[in-house]
Amino acid sequence: MPAEPPVASPTSLGQAYALLAAAPHRPIAGGTDVMVQIAAETTPIPERMLDLWRLDELRGIRVEGDALVLGALTTYTEIRRSPLCVEHALALVEAAATIGAVQIQNRGTLGGNIANASPAGDTLPVLLAMDASIVAGSLRGERTVAAADFWPAYRRTPLRPDELVLRVSLPLVAGRRVRYRKVGTRRAQAISKVVMALAWREDGGVWRDVRLALGSVAPTPIRATETERVLEGAAPRETVADHAAAVLRGELRPIDDVRSTAAYRKAAAARVLHRLLREEGGW
Amino acid sequence: MSYELRVNGVEFEVAAPGMRRLLDVLREDLGLSGTKEGCGEGECGACTVLLDGEPVVSCLVPLCQADGHAVRTVEGLATAGPQGPVLSPLQAAFLEAGGAQCGICTPGMLMSAEAFLASGADPTEEAIREAIAGNLCRCTGYTKIVEAIELAALGRGADTAPGA
Amino acid sequence: MTITTRPGPATPVSPAAPSPVRLPRAGELARGHARGAPLRREGPAKLTGTALYADDLVFPGAWYGATLRSTEPHARLLGIERDADFDWSRVVVVTAEDIPGDNVVSLIIDDQPILVPVGGEIRHQAEPVALLAAADRDTLREAKARLRLRTEPLAPVFDPVVSSQVFAHYEMGKGDIAAGFAAADLVVEGTYRVGHTEQLYIENQAMIAVPREDGGMTVTGSLQCPYYVHKALKRALALDSERAVVIQAETGGGFGGKEEYPSLLAVHAALLAQRIGRPVRMIYGRHEDIAATTKRHPAIVTHRTGVTREGRIVAQEIDLVLDGGAYCTLSPVVLSRATIHAGGPYDVANVRITSRAVATNTPPNGAFRGFGAPQAEFAAEMQVNRVAEALGISPLELRRRNIYREGGVTPTQQVLRESVAAQEVLERAAEAAEFERIRERTARERAARTASARTARGIGLALGWHGAGFTGSGEERMGSVASVELTAEGAIRILAASTEMGQGTKTIFPQLVADELGVPYDAVEIAPQDTSIVPDSGPTVASRTAMVVGGLIIKAARRLRAQVEERTGRPFAESYLHDAQTWGGTREDERFEPYPGVHFDDETYTGDAYPAFGWACAVAEVEVDLDTGEVAVRSVVSADDVGRVIHPVLAEGQVEGGTLQAVGYATIEEIKLHDGRYLNDRLQTYLIPTAVDAPRIDAILVEAPFSGAPHGAKGVGELPMDVGAPAVVAAIHDATGVWIHDLPASPERILAALDGHEPPGPPGISA
Repeated sequence: MPAEPPVASPTSLGQAYALLAAAPHRPIAGGTDVMVQIAAETTPIPERMLDLWRLDELRGIRVEGDALVLGALTTYTEIRRSPLCVEHALALVEAAATIGAVQIQNRGTLGGNIANASPAGDTLPVLLAMDASIVAGSLRGERTVAAADFWPAYRRTPLRPDELVLRVSLPLVAGRRVRYRKVGTRRAQAISKVVMALAWREDGGVWRDVRLALGSVAPTPIRATETERVLEGAAPRETVADHAAAVLRGELRPIDDVRSTAAYRKAAAARVLHRLLREEGGW
Repeated sequence: MSYELRVNGVEFEVAAPGMRRLLDVLREDLGLSGTKEGCGEGECGACTVLLDGEPVVSCLVPLCQADGHAVRTVEGLATAGPQGPVLSPLQAAFLEAGGAQCGICTPGMLMSAEAFLASGADPTEEAIREAIAGNLCRCTGYTKIVEAIELAALGRGADTAPGA
Repeated sequence: MTITTRPGPATPVSPAAPSPVRLPRAGELARGHARGAPLRREGPAKLTGTALYADDLVFPGAWYGATLRSTEPHARLLGIERDADFDWSRVVVVTAEDIPGDNVVSLIIDDQPILVPVGGEIRHQAEPVALLAAADRDTLREAKARLRLRTEPLAPVFDPVVSSQVFAHYEMGKGDIAAGFAAADLVVEGTYRVGHTEQLYIENQAMIAVPREDGGMTVTGSLQCPYYVHKALKRALALDSERAVVIQAETGGGFGGKEEYPSLLAVHAALLAQRIGRPVRMIYGRHEDIAATTKRHPAIVTHRTGVTREGRIVAQEIDLVLDGGAYCTLSPVVLSRATIHAGGPYDVANVRITSRAVATNTPPNGAFRGFGAPQAEFAAEMQVNRVAEALGISPLELRRRNIYREGGVTPTQQVLRESVAAQEVLERAAEAAEFERIRERTARERAARTASARTARGIGLALGWHGAGFTGSGEERMGSVASVELTAEGAIRILAASTEMGQGTKTIFPQLVADELGVPYDAVEIAPQDTSIVPDSGPTVASRTAMVVGGLIIKAARRLRAQVEERTGRPFAESYLHDAQTWGGTREDERFEPYPGVHFDDETYTGDAYPAFGWACAVAEVEVDLDTGEVAVRSVVSADDVGRVIHPVLAEGQVEGGTLQAVGYATIEEIKLHDGRYLNDRLQTYLIPTAVDAPRIDAILVEAPFSGAPHGAKGVGELPMDVGAPAVVAAIHDATGVWIHDLPASPERILAALDGHEPPGPPGISA
């Protein structure tokens, strides 16, 4: 039986904001990260918890204008079952399907994945590749942070102690494609060794607005900007793929850890990218 | 603080800390020790219960979030009979096919299987394996677990099969 | 010799039924039998959640216990210090000086302390130094954080190859090795390495100690060997046999991991309970369980094989180094089994095998399904498959030309007089898996493969053997006893210390006795595994339960039947109730007697190492992702000779479970170390296969009965573990052309071989 710190369960966002403003609270959404951390006793036990589960304001998936908006408490199962996600953010559905297994998908949330800021967070490369924006809120109001700015350092976010992740906004871009691949430690219930999301817009035979985002290859989820430059404005031909794979291998600085090795991560990432380009290029 | 849970159809009021794991509430506060702890980190699935019909790992669910919801555990599968508990068709299928060896993964495995069968999804081998991918078993190699779930699905399907 | 196979796949009942791979007959549902054999005796309890594992047991007033452990691999313990600003009156602390008996974990030699004493040496990470107990877990957690060890670091040894502390060594062989190599047309060399793996029973280790009114101690817990624990308890607490009682709770898996370790945990709980005079619960969490308990012995095995052009193996020179960890535990026995099996199931005229088990400053290693044979046979089968490739001969054909047949002689000079089914299992598995046909297909695919191929398929085969029961004179020295009694109330009861941990002891024992007595299965009870009730039938290990203890209860039942029938003049089934009422109960104790004609010389380590051998062959099919090196094991066919199939569903269950453990061993189970500490110390990082990682497993049961056992059974639990891993690695080679010599054959190792980049280091790497 792990430690059981005191917890408040506000029923409205306003209540939640007030509690956060009054004292430091560790927010808990579906618990699939926070409960593990408390049980493991590797980090200090939080003094008090803020249970977000009753905040229906943080739920819902809808199209608003030219964006798909998902509430922070959207679970992976809800993403997988959402026709809107299937239509507008299939890569996110694919990512959700690779996280844990059924039990974790029923409880893990998009907001939790974002706030936990693990370098191996499986949705994060998709958010980066899709130029997502994350809306955070507090008593002081709401503010929007681009995904590209949301994970500046290992397990850190720009969230202030009194702020919560409210929702994620995915701009809907006509003609944009997103491909996703996770190389896990096994076929289910697995942390990634390499996870990749590749987005682009087809424009007269060449690729524009290329985004190549990866997880588990750096202290944070990253964009491989050198490799993006190779692909930007290019057609997905074999020579381009060879070049891109080589640049990616050189650009990445992963580490050896308990799950895998730097050499493997570089090689696998390069080969996975090459394969995606081959599939898209049809050669 | 006091929380309300409906467990296997019975209402309970539990006075316990809100961050108590649902697993501990079931096993210790409610005396329902059928649900097991294998890892405490949500990886093995031995603690799987149904929360509003959906499988979750109860070692990662705090009591405050189960408040007001319905929980189903292994103790809720069998029905009461005149000579003692009557195994559900799923449990009977496991017994028949040899789906339980040491039995420690079995309660969680049954709950995941129960939810899968209730969903009405096509019980292909692939779908069954995916449904129990979050339930680790070290004894069986999963072979007879999959067979048991297929057998149970057949039993369910027999009600609606033509000519049945 | 009789040969049976499991029934073929059933045909669907209704044409509208969905079509999964194997469709059981729906009509058999709830008919109370599983393909002709009884349903699992404790099955309904396990399925309804009413079976009581240790942590399910409630002892009012119990306190909770915890262990303070070392965080260094090698150090002198100078002191144990408590923070002053904590109320220690709420906590009990036990150290080495509080041990009433000997501060020794009783196994083979007395080198392992129960708790490291101040002034003594810490020899591995996570070594127990002190015990704490408190009334609630929050207090316990706080107290543990406020105890500190004061130490002086000592230089650790991590590399078994350079370790000079040898627990045991063996040398065995036959023929003339020099002459053998001289006659060889080709010599193939290879080194194979396997690291630590964890048994990963899903129920963590658990013990609850309850002080007895007579001043003794009752310990209830998750365990395989009640009398091992009993012996350890007596010695540590200075108790006599009656006042130390050990009871097995329902046990959620063991696989050898609960052979030795529970003795230590039981003593820990008992020391606390004795000190505070109330029950103490010590239930490990997963992290502590992985960090502190025994693992499979890592091994480095080198082979030199001489073979003729025609594929006759004429010389084998083999060396094994096993890493025992910090203390001896059972390493000499693991080593002897590994050594005896090291050449594989092949009749080679000239063999020399040398081996040693050595100490390193890592947690002591112990029993894990196969007990040295999987490590040795991985290397043996890799070597044979590489030899086959070098010669251009099919791996199947090469084995046919060298396998043991009746009359063959083993490296301990044992003549295999009977019960040799190597050929049988080889042909059955190869046929069922369509080995040659698929091998031809994979060869065509390989030839046609372009540089852009994404996946590659392969098929691989491995053959193995497993000596049944204890090695050498172990069984004779133990003198196990099992009993069958007819109580005065007319109940038929089996009394044996053999434990149920999922393999089906509690089902097959009543089956065997019911068969013998001619009564229904449900008429035979089995007494609880409680040392105050059952005799010492020996440990539940070494695949000896069905063969040895099963044999004892059959003989006891026979004598019981004879007695009753003699008294009543009528068949037992008709007359036993009356006999019980009038005669007042009968109990037959059967003690193990050596099998006729089976002799082993401990001095020279020659003779009949085992009464008989079991034989197995596995054929694995894999698909390798050429971009990532990931391996999907699609199917494994495993043909296993178990002597006699007592219960087909249970026997298949052992083959299926053992095969998947071997697949995990081959592909994803790995422990890396740093400073002698396991890095893969939680389930997020120590990986076993999930249902979507697991292949289709086809178990083919073969029977080559052993005449010395009344029922012919030879054991089934460990045999499948010996062949799965090399079959998978051979399949990976068939698919990709690369040979992976180290386990696991991880994507990292495979991709490094395919991609030409730096490979990861050897298994483990304690840096």
